[in-house]
Amino acid sequence: MQDAALDVAPIATPAPPSDEVAIEITDMNKWYGTFHVLREINLTVYSGERIVICGPSGSGKSTLIRCINRLEEHQKGTIIVEGTELSSDLKNIDRIRSDVGMCFQHFNLFPHLTILENCTLAPIWVRKVPRHEAEETAMHFLAKVKIPEQASKYPGQLSGGQQQRVAIARSLCMRPRIMLFDEPTSALDPEMIKEVLDTMIELAEEGMTMLCVTHEMGFARQVANRVIFMDEGQIVEQNEPEEFFKNPKNDRTKLFLSQILGH
Amino acid sequence: MEQVAFVRKEIVKESPPPATEVGIVGWLRANLFSSVLNSVLTVLSVLGIAYALFQFVPWIVMSSWTANSLDECRQAIHLAYGEDVTGACWAVIRERYLQMLFGFYPQHLYWRPVLVFLLLFVGIAPILVPAVPSRLLWFSAIYPFLAYWLLWGGTLWLIISIIAGFVIGYVLMTELSKRIEMLGAMLTAVAGTLVWWLFLCGPAAALLHGVVPIGIEAVESARFGGFMLSTTIGVVGIGSSLPIGILLALGRKSDLLIIKAICVGFIEFIRGVPLITLLFVASTLLNIFMPPGTNFDLILRVVIMVTLFSSAYIAEVIRGGLAGLSRGQYEAADALGLDYWKSMRLIILPQALKISIPGIVSTFIGLFKDTTLVSIIGLLDPLGLTNAIRADAAWNGVIWELYCFVGLLFFVCCFAMSRYSMYLERRLQTGHR
Repeated sequence: MQDAALDVAPIATPAPPSDEVAIEITDMNKWYGTFHVLREINLTVYSGERIVICGPSGSGKSTLIRCINRLEEHQKGTIIVEGTELSSDLKNIDRIRSDVGMCFQHFNLFPHLTILENCTLAPIWVRKVPRHEAEETAMHFLAKVKIPEQASKYPGQLSGGQQQRVAIARSLCMRPRIMLFDEPTSALDPEMIKEVLDTMIELAEEGMTMLCVTHEMGFARQVANRVIFMDEGQIVEQNEPEEFFKNPKNDRTKLFLSQILGH
Repeated sequence: MEQVAFVRKEIVKESPPPATEVGIVGWLRANLFSSVLNSVLTVLSVLGIAYALFQFVPWIVMSSWTANSLDECRQAIHLAYGEDVTGACWAVIRERYLQMLFGFYPQHLYWRPVLVFLLLFVGIAPILVPAVPSRLLWFSAIYPFLAYWLLWGGTLWLIISIIAGFVIGYVLMTELSKRIEMLGAMLTAVAGTLVWWLFLCGPAAALLHGVVPIGIEAVESARFGGFMLSTTIGVVGIGSSLPIGILLALGRKSDLLIIKAICVGFIEFIRGVPLITLLFVASTLLNIFMPPGTNFDLILRVVIMVTLFSSAYIAEVIRGGLAGLSRGQYEAADALGLDYWKSMRLIILPQALKISIPGIVSTFIGLFKDTTLVSIIGLLDPLGLTNAIRADAAWNGVIWELYCFVGLLFFVCCFAMSRYSMYLERRLQTGHR
């Protein structure tokens, strides 16, 4: 088991990102009413890439990844996910969403269903997988996140870290091609952060395309191919993690890094 | 200065609480005599309850069950218990309980409402009790039609053509939803079904009955009455106001402006109007809007009004439940690729309804008790029948006994609903929300 993931070398053989484009965002803009949250976002994500997005609160990083599965609508520009452009067409939204997994800050497990039912619900109802097959898949992924023994419990009976791992397993049961993480560890007790990060690291090692909004800089250093820094709705700087942390170019980035790494 | 450093060497063992905190003594201390004021209140309450019982119980016990009129009743009580004793005259209940239960339903057909009542439990069991196999749900589905046929009698073809309306709606729905959008298909299906029921259903049934007559003795609505009428209106109202209320609540939260406006308008209008007004509309005004010559059953009209009335309240109760869910639940359902109806059915409503159980059951209990208002428009519900019974010279002057009986009937039903809702809340408890 590696230590809390700070100052750790990048994982041994990072799967080289392919040339295949997973997400293509071009000149994307979004407003909340008159407030311009996302401004001229351009971002291309290749399959197998692991991108960490950081930035001060209110900088639009969560909104950005929520636009990718259209939990938020953008008003200008294009977002193409796995070859499908996001538009207001309902049918393609549900298809994109079933291909893009998402983990939330507050887990958002379904409290009235058991852990197993949480994991099998979407495969059964969206993918039309037979129940026993969905249950097998669910147990496989629950074993992967190391909590198969909790399958028959309810979310309320699990710790925060366990709940977040269930949330990851729930997304994986849909066999997504892209995983989005929206501050997955920021609602967790310090003791539980590691178990969730370990799960995510394992996922990264298997070559999953990941976009992760997080302030876990050790995690960024260890698994990311690219770190993106956002401020005031714009991408301010992006670079490979080594360079990003050692040699930030933009003053805003320098300030941010000194704030979060300074003590 | 004292020493700061401290290291515990052995763990403190668990020990039992002091004797005064557990058992009966502990319970009494905690609940009845926790302070001087509390002790005084306890004693006063016990005295008050005892006084009320001493007044009331003798009236119930020193009573007559056998007399044939109120005068005979009083004489019998005086003979048995002394001149100045006033006791209850339960004889009126003994003589008239069948009428209080069934109204003027033909005596030789009493087995039909009784059977319907018993089958009601078979019908709701698979819905209410998880231990009952869900295979029985098919019976729940046909129960409403079976009950209608048994209560009103008449030709079976009418029932079959009413069911045909559902089939028509279903076929329209599935066929159209392949071609046009979900909402449009739904509205067309509903419209098609209504057209069938209003204009074609009756003639079709009459035609088929002419060819192959199958039926049982018909009982007209005017003979319905008593507790049976209350339960009929109550059960139908409860059964249909929940789904309508759910749709209204969802409609009120919809993004589609027109749907939202219709739902808000409906809910606010119904809630702003007294039920009695709606019942008067049902009994008199509605005929004006009907095509001439349509015979639209009064009980059916009342049931519709009661249903609409309580569905508006249910909608608001459920809206409260929907508001109690975090936005994250909607987002998680969306993020998994569930469409609107699936996420509502599988994620949102099970939780929102669970939160709303106390409110929903209160509304149901209110609805059930409000069925007694139909006596105002001339239907003979139990309260209406008490007047009818007093109109009999033999029982003129009997008041308390009848109301006690009616009260008891309603209390049993309402208390059962209340207990069931508490059981349901406990059953659906899954840790925290």
